[in-house]
Amino acid sequence: MAAVLSAPSPLTATLPEDVVLRAEDLHTHFIVGERAAKSVDGVTLTVRRGETLAVVGESGSGKSVTSLSIMRLLAHPGRIVRGKILYRMRDGTVVDLATLPEKRMRAIRGKEIAMIFQEPMTSLNPLYTVGDQIMEMIRLHEPVSRHEARQRARQMLELVEIPAAEKRLDQYPHEMSGGMRQRVMIALALSCNPALLIADEPTTALDVTIQAQILDLMRRLQRDIGMSILFITHNLGVVAEIAHEVAVMYAGRVVEQAPVEALFARPRHPYTKGLLACIPNPERDRAADGARLMLNPIPGNVPSVLNLPPGCTYAPRCPLVEPRCEGEAPGLVPAGPGHLSRCFRHELL
Amino acid sequence: MNHSPSPQGGDVLLSVRNLSKRFHTASGPVKAVEDVSFDVGRGRIVGIVGESGSGKTTAGRCILRLVEPSEGEAVFDGVDLFKLPEKALRAYRRRMQIIFQDPYSSLNPRMRVGDIIGEAIDTHGLAKGAARQARIADLLARVGLSPEHARRYPHEFSGGQRQRIGIARALAVEPELIVADEPVSALDVSVQAQVLNLIQELQKELGLTMLFISHDLTVVEYLCDDIVVLYLGRIMEQGPSREVYANPRHPYTKALLSTAPIPDPTVRRERVILQGDIPSPLDPPSGCVFRTRCPFAIEACAKAVPPRESVSPSHSVACIRQAELATLATQKVTA
Amino acid sequence: MAAVSIAPAPRITTLILQRKTLAIGLAVILAIALFALLAPLIAPYAPNKLSIVNRLKPPSGTYFFGTDEFGRDIFSRTIYAGRLSLTVGAAATVFAGVIGITLGLVAGFFRRADTVIARIVDAMMAFPDILLAIALVAALGPSLATVIVALGIVYAPRLARIVRASTLVIRELPYVEAARALGVPTWRIMTRHVLRNLVSPILVQATFIFAYAMLAEASLSFLGVGVSPEIPTWGTMIASGRQYVGQADWMTIFPGVAIILSVLSLQLVGDGLRDLLDPRLRKDL
Repeated sequence: MAAVLSAPSPLTATLPEDVVLRAEDLHTHFIVGERAAKSVDGVTLTVRRGETLAVVGESGSGKSVTSLSIMRLLAHPGRIVRGKILYRMRDGTVVDLATLPEKRMRAIRGKEIAMIFQEPMTSLNPLYTVGDQIMEMIRLHEPVSRHEARQRARQMLELVEIPAAEKRLDQYPHEMSGGMRQRVMIALALSCNPALLIADEPTTALDVTIQAQILDLMRRLQRDIGMSILFITHNLGVVAEIAHEVAVMYAGRVVEQAPVEALFARPRHPYTKGLLACIPNPERDRAADGARLMLNPIPGNVPSVLNLPPGCTYAPRCPLVEPRCEGEAPGLVPAGPGHLSRCFRHELL
Repeated sequence: MNHSPSPQGGDVLLSVRNLSKRFHTASGPVKAVEDVSFDVGRGRIVGIVGESGSGKTTAGRCILRLVEPSEGEAVFDGVDLFKLPEKALRAYRRRMQIIFQDPYSSLNPRMRVGDIIGEAIDTHGLAKGAARQARIADLLARVGLSPEHARRYPHEFSGGQRQRIGIARALAVEPELIVADEPVSALDVSVQAQVLNLIQELQKELGLTMLFISHDLTVVEYLCDDIVVLYLGRIMEQGPSREVYANPRHPYTKALLSTAPIPDPTVRRERVILQGDIPSPLDPPSGCVFRTRCPFAIEACAKAVPPRESVSPSHSVACIRQAELATLATQKVTA
Repeated sequence: MAAVSIAPAPRITTLILQRKTLAIGLAVILAIALFALLAPLIAPYAPNKLSIVNRLKPPSGTYFFGTDEFGRDIFSRTIYAGRLSLTVGAAATVFAGVIGITLGLVAGFFRRADTVIARIVDAMMAFPDILLAIALVAALGPSLATVIVALGIVYAPRLARIVRASTLVIRELPYVEAARALGVPTWRIMTRHVLRNLVSPILVQATFIFAYAMLAEASLSFLGVGVSPEIPTWGTMIASGRQYVGQADWMTIFPGVAIILSVLSLQLVGDGLRDLLDPRLRKDL
């Protein structure tokens, strides 16, 4: 394996030094019979070292399928049909995860890239103590003794601020609260010191006060360990709290990517703008006399991935639509410093 | 206990007094709701806010007698609903309805939309034959669907559309009070806004009174006139929502408001991140139930359940240190 | 994957034909039922026509399945016996359905009734089917009606258990709560909201019960506690052929094959229906 890794990769030059992961024109389809559900339909996104990229989208946007494609954990009949997923390993070599053999992928999962999910209960094995599960993870990737692994597991629980870590090691997942389980999941994910953490809606199932704890913890861990995070969520409020950079997904495509301040200050895609207008805002949505004003929802529904409109997929719901949008799909073009938009008319925004 | 703040505008439609609900489980009794009192003014939207285990859903179900309350009263238009026998209650069922969170399990998958709404009409004998059909069509139009949808089955609709069907069913009996239990929580953000607009339109048009149960503080701030904050089955703070949001007095309300994610990265708030977990309702803390996570807890907090203290005619707080903390805060600001 | 395609529901016949086992099972059981129904037209001889000259004749062009010890035509008797066996199976299933569904719904809805009903159901299911049926027939006195009633009682708990379990789940669902909030009477909630959603599991279980009941009837008749040996059922035919095994095997083989075929085909239908109606595979029917 060392020999494989030390061989100079032709891809290394293609990825800027500060980029950990870059998906390029990624297409993931679910093929049933003659129909293909284009869940991911040309996704391009970039995660920089030590930063958090939030991927935000509604249901059916393809955000979760994108993360599963990166981990190569797609369930049948999902398949990456086109595109690259360039990943910079800790030793500096760059690999394309989209085509990497499963055997090498297995060495990357957990050790290079780890993942946490929305519902920690289903990702933890109910039959083993949390200590056993963290120890197993460590020993799978590193040749350490049981004793040493247990020490490390305890340290991991302490790292994620679980009180009475030694006692918790011997508890089962069901003996813990939702917030504690998500901490355990994070400890498990970080136990092999991955360079990239993929978090798929990690706080969605949690209460507000617990969500704040977990977000706080993730921010602190990132600062201390320097890992990169790909944070998948539907909640723009959470995005504003955790992200450095944001990619907005709609119907299988990234429609906008920008630094977080730029995105919220001046969204350069009509979908992003519409989404922000959907969230109630007490200052905006109250008249001077305190009367409630109506919200400005996006009309219509998200299109089916089985039957995407030609051209821009947002065109049927877009207030800026012009004839061109319905015939031709816009590309992801620069719309400001570090700001990309998939809209012909982004200058109007 | 009976000086519950009455909402501005006088006319009270529903008055809940000392509502308690205890469930008997295998691991012991659970106090899901404990001594909850509040008033709902006619035509107002009252938000009931809380995290899991706060008892907000149970409280709503008790008021509708879908869950039998253990104690207390709920006076609806002069009649205590909790004392009504099942038969007499049926007449009141027409006057209060419920909207659910899950747009999937709240509609019978084997019934056509027309029958789902029609059942409400039939149960109270409101219309027959052509009049019934017209009424169904009218209700569908009112919630933004078309009359042809009456012939379809629920699975043919999206989540947002199903939620509209659920709303049409509730409206079919022309209720005065609607308990909306997290009606937009399961929906996508863009659909959420559509349904929130619909709820408002209907509320204004029909003069509905609403009990809006939610964990989403942003939505509640936007939609509700009054707010009741629950924690582990007890009321922490209540009052007009503008007042509570502008000037939260309970440490829990403060923490809750300061941690609700706001979609604006430039807002820098003083965040109060609460430590620890919500205690199990099987074994709630003595005295003030919030004291185990409260940054200001003192010994006295464990001794007795804090009484309700008024901070304005309609705004009250259940915290023994609220006055002291308010002065502290003002000092900090002036310093 | 929120966007589920809204295709028009395929026709029921296409759905059945797509599933081979279901189609084969249905074809076989329908053929057997048709033979039984049209017995007077198809059977070459009257089922009880004695012909001592032709006793114990092996299968031939004149007697397709041979003859028995009284020279009666086995082919004709098998077809006529099918009438009775199918009737007993169907009637017992209906009877079990009425009792089982009622008990299950009541147990699922009323906590107080549940403790009693659940105990009885568990106790009944602890007995071997046949033993319980024999006891019941013995208590009620052997006749066609008693066999049906006994088998109905024996298989009712299976349905009761399934209906009760599903009722417990469904009655907590928001749409049932919505009906309660509307003031819909309990019995209407039970039928419109609960029972209607249980049609598929009940149908699947009913096909299995049909098969079990036919088998049980044959066993009872074979053991001599079922219908009178004078009436041809597949069970009584095998029972009387038993003395001639080795000498006139056809007397037992043909009614035996008939039992196996019908039970097997019903099981195939049940399995196929289960797949067809599985909500995870098909949302609605």
